[in-house]
Amino acid sequence: MVFTLNGLAQIAIYFIILLLLTKPVGLYLYAVFETKNTWFERVFHPVERFFYWAGGVNEDEEQNWKGYTISMLIFSGAGLLFTYAILRLQNKLPLNPQGLPAVNPMLAFNTATSFTTNTNWQNYSGETIMSYLSQMLGLELHNFTSAAVGIVLAVAVIRGLVRHNTQRLGNFWVDVTRCILYLLLPICTIYALFLVWQGVPQTFDNYVTVTSLEGFKQVIAYGPVASQEAIKMLGTNGGGFFNANSAHPFENPTSFTNLVEMLSMLVISAGLLYFFGKSAGNTKQGWVLFGAVSFIFIIGAVVTLGAEQAGNPLLAHFGVNQVSHGYPLAQPGGNMEGKEMRFGIGSSTLFTTITTAASCGAINSLIDSYTPIGGLIPMVNIQLGEVIFGGVGSGLYGLIVFAILSVFIAGLMVGRTPEYLGKKIEQYEMKMVSLAILILPLSILGFTAIASVYHGGYSQISNAGPHGLSEILYAFTSMTGNNGSAFAGLGSNTPFYNLTGAFAMIIGRFAFVIPVMAMAGSLAQKKIIPAGVGTFPTATLLFASLVIGVILIVGALTFFPALALGPIVEQLLMLARKTF
Amino acid sequence: MKQYLEQQSLADKSQDSALQTEQSGTIEAPIRNRQKSSLFAKKILSRALIDAVKKLDPRVQSHNPVMFVVEVGSVITSVEFFRSLFDASLSNQRGFVFAVAAWLWFTVLFANFAEAMAEGRGKAQAESLRKTRIAATAKLLSADTTEYHSNAPFSLIAATQLRKDNLVLVETGDVVPSDGEIVAGVASVDESAITGESAPVIRESGGDRSAVTGGTRVLSDWIIVRITTNPGDTFLDRMISLVEGANRQKTPNEIALNILLAVLTMIFLLAIVTLEPFAIYSGDAVSITALIALLVCLIPTTIGGLLSAIGIAGMDRLVQQNVLAMSGRAVEAAGDVDVLLLDKTGTITLGNRMAAEFIPVYRILESDLANAAMLSSIPDETPEGRSIVLLAREKYHLEYEQKQVEHITFIPFSASTRMSGVDLEMNGRQVQIRKGASDAMLTWATEQKAAIPADLNSIVERIASAGGTPLVVAVSRSADVSQILGVIYLKDIVKQGMKQRFEKMRKMGIRTIMITGDNPLTAKAIADEAGIDDFLAQATPETKMKLIKEQQAGGRLVAMTGDGTNDAPALAQADVGVAMNSGTQAAKEAGNMIDLDSNPTKLIEIIEVGKQLLITRGALTTFSIANDVAKYFAIIPAVFVATYPQLQALNIMHLASPSSAILSAVIFNALIIIALIPIALRGVQYLPIGAAALLRRNLFIYGAGGIILPFIGIKAIDMLLQLLHLA
Repeated sequence: MVFTLNGLAQIAIYFIILLLLTKPVGLYLYAVFETKNTWFERVFHPVERFFYWAGGVNEDEEQNWKGYTISMLIFSGAGLLFTYAILRLQNKLPLNPQGLPAVNPMLAFNTATSFTTNTNWQNYSGETIMSYLSQMLGLELHNFTSAAVGIVLAVAVIRGLVRHNTQRLGNFWVDVTRCILYLLLPICTIYALFLVWQGVPQTFDNYVTVTSLEGFKQVIAYGPVASQEAIKMLGTNGGGFFNANSAHPFENPTSFTNLVEMLSMLVISAGLLYFFGKSAGNTKQGWVLFGAVSFIFIIGAVVTLGAEQAGNPLLAHFGVNQVSHGYPLAQPGGNMEGKEMRFGIGSSTLFTTITTAASCGAINSLIDSYTPIGGLIPMVNIQLGEVIFGGVGSGLYGLIVFAILSVFIAGLMVGRTPEYLGKKIEQYEMKMVSLAILILPLSILGFTAIASVYHGGYSQISNAGPHGLSEILYAFTSMTGNNGSAFAGLGSNTPFYNLTGAFAMIIGRFAFVIPVMAMAGSLAQKKIIPAGVGTFPTATLLFASLVIGVILIVGALTFFPALALGPIVEQLLMLARKTF
Repeated sequence: MKQYLEQQSLADKSQDSALQTEQSGTIEAPIRNRQKSSLFAKKILSRALIDAVKKLDPRVQSHNPVMFVVEVGSVITSVEFFRSLFDASLSNQRGFVFAVAAWLWFTVLFANFAEAMAEGRGKAQAESLRKTRIAATAKLLSADTTEYHSNAPFSLIAATQLRKDNLVLVETGDVVPSDGEIVAGVASVDESAITGESAPVIRESGGDRSAVTGGTRVLSDWIIVRITTNPGDTFLDRMISLVEGANRQKTPNEIALNILLAVLTMIFLLAIVTLEPFAIYSGDAVSITALIALLVCLIPTTIGGLLSAIGIAGMDRLVQQNVLAMSGRAVEAAGDVDVLLLDKTGTITLGNRMAAEFIPVYRILESDLANAAMLSSIPDETPEGRSIVLLAREKYHLEYEQKQVEHITFIPFSASTRMSGVDLEMNGRQVQIRKGASDAMLTWATEQKAAIPADLNSIVERIASAGGTPLVVAVSRSADVSQILGVIYLKDIVKQGMKQRFEKMRKMGIRTIMITGDNPLTAKAIADEAGIDDFLAQATPETKMKLIKEQQAGGRLVAMTGDGTNDAPALAQADVGVAMNSGTQAAKEAGNMIDLDSNPTKLIEIIEVGKQLLITRGALTTFSIANDVAKYFAIIPAVFVATYPQLQALNIMHLASPSSAILSAVIFNALIIIALIPIALRGVQYLPIGAAALLRRNLFIYGAGGIILPFIGIKAIDMLLQLLHLA
């Protein structure tokens, strides 16, 4: 492992800014969802009321967990069908200046699922397959709605934890409308303008054809990029306008946009942790979880940085100098394969750690080209359940599952029935927590196992040996974790991967959240037991370390065998100078 | 509870209250273990070994998902072994497969043994109880008997034929044939069969001491008992089935933990099942024996194997404390208790008020007051009276001289006069001495034309506000002189050691509330002295009930102790209701535990057992999961080293060979169950040091220890195997 001051400083600066943003964002979220007292009430409330009137929703009527979840499923299902229809019919619909044909059914299903589940796994290159309408309406719509769904589910789960003696978790339709109107739209508007200022295109014009210096004709794809870019990052969607995603200069033109894009991936998830503490009546409860995930996050960022900066020992063997020296003008060193020269090791590895921690999946470098350990960390980030800040909303409710698991295992050791935030964790909650933690490995390991021995699966890998296994494992990890980033070596636009992938994404999103919502519904009905000296304290450093331990041990125990045969052995083989 | 002042004096004459005072006087009541058997008594041990084999029955194992998986694994590896016997190509694997199969069977057997041990201890106790249930005969009275006396005609029938509402006569030497209530008579009863207490107790009709238990023996006099239970349903029967764990039901927390263990097992099953495709992809399939070894090592066998033993042992520890819990649920709830309601009299205070001081009014000599107080109390046999005489004798060295007084007549306390005293002749003059409640005495003094001293009121108030009872003493001489002499300060004596007990509860996070019929002023003074957090003064059954409901509505778990029939509703409402064995049948039925020692502060021990139960489960679960880290490092390189020799780098313990590594992990996994049986049976110690400190301590021991220990253990077993050339 090799570290540069530049790389470490980037991690530090990034983290400090994130830390500073957490409280204001959390307070704003609280204003949006709980006190309903934002700066925009006067402007947006009439719009809001119009939607409720049109949809026949009673603004003041709250739902129980079943009502909330069913509304969410209807909303998501309708969105899925809508996008599927647009993709299938894009050749007959307007805003298709390139005259692109309809998307094939398997790919359309996979893509519609992918955007509905906030995964944004892309088995296609946006610029060659998707019309402007498909991008803006079919896909970008979901960038907003799927993000909003994640956030409001987290809000409902938090309500379940902090409310008592009630069945009501809020009104899904109201929450989702307010989330989009008051949170996502205003931020994205400013964000998109910022991106335009930095050089990101925003146009409906046709692609331009230019003649390069060598005299070749080149088609340069562009379009309404800035508006999609903003929500792609903020909503932890990650589905880029271009295939190269945030490595493309039109998506991520400057260091400044790179920093802002990195911040926007985690800022809502971080803010939700503050929101959680605030709702619980003790912001420490939120900060403790913030501390726990920050610890894992920083370790991951530092290890990835160290692994990539160390470079490839196989190249060193050929006398290639990968040592950083004479920074910033001379040699940045490290493993630069698959990385944008503009960003270098530091900004690339940090971006990758964030995008996998955040369940975002946007990339500015290709993880497939990372060293085995450098590629292991992003994969582990996702396998830990996408709870290291995690996707907007989904990260928080995933983390709460782990917090409750920690409370249950270790909470017994203080000699009381485990309690979290004054709520007793009993049979029913454990049943739901167990279901939730079982579902992710079931999908990841199950599909990977099938693909690793089924011809339709392993024939699509581009590298043999452990790296090939990593490619498959990463794909199903990413899809189940609703991340969407890819190892990229895998040719996944096949019926097998399109279908299994769609199921993995649906399982990762909906099969996970339903038990969590059921648990929230059960917790909301309980009374709050006042804390005493015998109560398990959950606003302490000790609890934070416990949560870290549980996340790491549960994750490691589940995936260690698979990882051992993938990236771990690959690293050992690389050190022994063996490649595939 | 009871109306103490009157009842106490009444009961005082009986042997029973002597016993009561003796019991309640010593707070740390010695725990009388019926079965003070060592943890591994030989008899229990040998029976447990047999039971461990019997429990291999898959129908028994299927109740425990974790151990069921191990048993299935054992069967599969055994089949593998037999297959290798007939397949020459597998011959080099034979020894290894045999060893793994054998140790997997041991793993199941060890877990069964732990459970059988825990059950065995209960069974041994049940057996000793059963011996007391000798085939007794009952002297059945005809149903229309109206006159209850000892020579009523009866017919002899077997005790098992008794039905509810039968009337039986029990005479000296007879065994009480079944549970019932005394309708006539009074007798001393030996209840040692139930309580382990050899001193006899008094049981009499009416009041709170009328319940008798089947299996106890009448030592003197006679009683007529109305049977209250049908056969098979008696207290003794229930007790036997409880300690035997015959109809043991899993407690809520145990079920929740079982769910978690089942899902962990499923996750590991998934990790192992999918490992085979990965291995095939990587080039070499892994042998089924190795996969099963890895699976068994990873699933939480330690806690899975010991879980039911922990539960049974917890109930057993309660029985050792002479407490019978009607359900495991109640024991678990005890660990969560937030608020404890205690009756003042008999629990916090000794029950009798004692004279602490004589306070004369202005211009009266203290010794004159003491003398008058002593004279008024000489024939007074109440504890208060005796304490006055005692104080006068010890503090003022006064002795009652026979010749001084003549024709002494005792005027006993009555509810209407609210005073007592003596009429006597002293030096030839008629003298009346009275002592009593201050308002009653003021009326009397006014009638006798005595002046009311100016400072009397302030003395009386001072005593009352200090939590005492003021008794005003006045004297009237036949001629003309009547005089109020002063006040006797009767003090509620807080039992020794109470303050420390309550301090301990506070450290455990339990709030204590004292319930008393006293006025708030007195109540506060006593609560302060005893170190009680709060009190409910002038309590009635209704206010008591209201208090419990309020606390419960606030989310708190309430425990209370009681013995009287009027406690029954509150006992039933409380989450943990501990009835005193000396109490009424109604109280016993309302509570969910019975303390055979009738010691109200026994709740501390009950709560500790409840907490221990949860701590032990949590500690062993944490330990079990933490163990897996080392097992991975032992087995993963061993399994895949043929495919990827580079994975040898993960063999950080430097285990000698793949087969030795796998075998060492499996052996460690089996032996750790045996090693932890004592912890499972005794329970992890509970320390009232606050939740955070306790958590830190246990996390360190069982979490960090659970990660480190197997590294050492597996390495040691590996070295031993090498030394013995076994693998």
